Amino acid sequence: MTAWTAEMDARAAGIVARYPDPRSAVMPLLYMAMLADGGLTDDGMRKVAERAGVSPAQVRAVASFYTMYKEGEVGRYVISVCQSISCHLLDSSAVAAAAVEATGVPIGETGPDGSFTVETVECIGACGGAPAIQVNYEMVEGLDPDRMRSLCEWLGSEQPEAVNGDELQERFGGRRSFDWGPSDPTTAVGPVPAFGPYGSAGEGP
Amino acid sequence: MTDSILFGRMEAHPSDSHTLARYEATGGYQALRKALGMEPSAITEEVKASNIRGRGGAGFPTGVKWGFLADTTPRYLVINADESEPGTFKDRQLLERDPHQLVEGIVISAFALGVSHAFVYVRGEYTRQARRVQAAIDEARAAGYVGKDVLGSGFDLEITVHLGAGAYICGEETALLNSLEGLRGEPRIKPPFPAVEGLYAKPTIVNNVETISNVPWIVTNGGAAYDAIGPEGSRGTRLFSLSGHVEKPGNYEIVMGMSWRDLIHGLGGGIPGGRELKCWIPGGASAPWFTPEVLDEPVTIDDAGRLGSMLGSGAVVVMDDTTNVVAAALSVVRFFAHESCGQCTPCREGTGWMQRILERILSGEGRPSDIGLLLDVSDNISPGLEWPPAMTTICPLGPSAVSPITSIMTHFRDEVEAMIAQGVAADV
Repeated sequence: MTAWTAEMDARAAGIVARYPDPRSAVMPLLYMAMLADGGLTDDGMRKVAERAGVSPAQVRAVASFYTMYKEGEVGRYVISVCQSISCHLLDSSAVAAAAVEATGVPIGETGPDGSFTVETVECIGACGGAPAIQVNYEMVEGLDPDRMRSLCEWLGSEQPEAVNGDELQERFGGRRSFDWGPSDPTTAVGPVPAFGPYGSAGEGP
Repeated sequence: MTDSILFGRMEAHPSDSHTLARYEATGGYQALRKALGMEPSAITEEVKASNIRGRGGAGFPTGVKWGFLADTTPRYLVINADESEPGTFKDRQLLERDPHQLVEGIVISAFALGVSHAFVYVRGEYTRQARRVQAAIDEARAAGYVGKDVLGSGFDLEITVHLGAGAYICGEETALLNSLEGLRGEPRIKPPFPAVEGLYAKPTIVNNVETISNVPWIVTNGGAAYDAIGPEGSRGTRLFSLSGHVEKPGNYEIVMGMSWRDLIHGLGGGIPGGRELKCWIPGGASAPWFTPEVLDEPVTIDDAGRLGSMLGSGAVVVMDDTTNVVAAALSVVRFFAHESCGQCTPCREGTGWMQRILERILSGEGRPSDIGLLLDVSDNISPGLEWPPAMTTICPLGPSAVSPITSIMTHFRDEVEAMIAQGVAADV
């Protein structure tokens, strides 16, 4: 089953039109399908195949290659803890352990109530603000185990419909890679990045 | 002024450097007006004369690359914003804080190259940055800088932002093109090079964000002015991302030629907590490591190469004297094992072997034969273990995973041997 709607067909056509070849729309359409179903489903991938003019097997081949396409149930809050070299040097493993402890969700899994998915990831480009994480692909820099625990507890108790990166950084973050400049009100819903016509982008509360 | 070609606007106007209004108020899109009055080939000549070398990692001269573009249409320009090399976050700042500088660079470059459709491939995790670039394109379109008949010149340009989905390998230009075509991000065998057969098998130029962000300045001031900045072979300013055990991590725009000491201990503020510098990665996770005996060497592309490493993506990762180098090497190797696309056996299998051997040593179960085994596996990926690396693979990802191995074996072999001899699990 997929929650892909006729309205999404129209939006998909607009995305296909952004490219010289419909096949190029496979990646954006996978995000759309994942947003509709809360994770990738077989039927969702079939819809992507129809719209992009390729076979379902070709869509699955693409989906399985990239870490941000996730099959099955994914949490409302995807906590991605970077473990690459700059974060490693500043003790990202303790931050990951704090996320596991605070959510009760092991690395690479989704909790039974569907709130959290916790994962370790490779470099997210926040090395100057290490150790860093992403929540629904929004950056939070300058973490430590206490900040990480507080962030998870806050999400768990507040249960926001969507998250805003600036708010999380303001509340729980520390040193940043650089001055972010003015805030961005966009909100993000797991497990899809908050970008334009095919992502989870919403406006803040 | 010469050391702020790229960061000047955001430093002077931190509250709105990303907006069209601020960009225009600070001279923005004047370079485009100038360029549209030039012969396209004359723009390419200016870029050639600037001697700017690509800022994505390989350091290939940009103007020369442009000169390879085959003379058939359609042809494409693709901006590589898939910044994923561990330690690197410079393009993120350019995308986020001065996206119009990039957009103007794209429009000028597309005009020079005879391109009517350009793409910006942004890594999936750079959501805020992708939003900023899309907003800048939308603003530029409304103002007539992008779209049909740019500024009444008759030149048409579409720009499509494409979001990746978490695959480092898509920073390799042919993998990026496959990804943009809706395929798995597997590198292609070269030749043919993208300039001849790229996106949809059409002639394509793939350039890094920082590279193209320099183009407006080069057009405004001329290639010769850019070529007058910095030492030969490393012209212009360059962004360095400092991270790890350094007091003031961040992105720094510098004129190349300063010493590593001035970069790490000067700009970077030295090592925190009164500790000592042990080693650093000079150009992203793919680069062999440097140790303090080269601190007074100049930071240039050619000097880094002479010393057996590279400036790569400009990522300087600093490690202090408390660093367990085996654990650090494991972090880098694990990255490449995770990001291997799996096409080539030496890389797919070898990086996994290297990861498991390093994990074994760290767990206290290391064997005396493990050092030879690590080097043997490495040699199967990069025969001879030399720099620049030979390859048994389609792309340089596999050989990049060898860099931390050769680095710890060259500089810290005694530490590895001691860890194996003690047979105690490391506390890291």
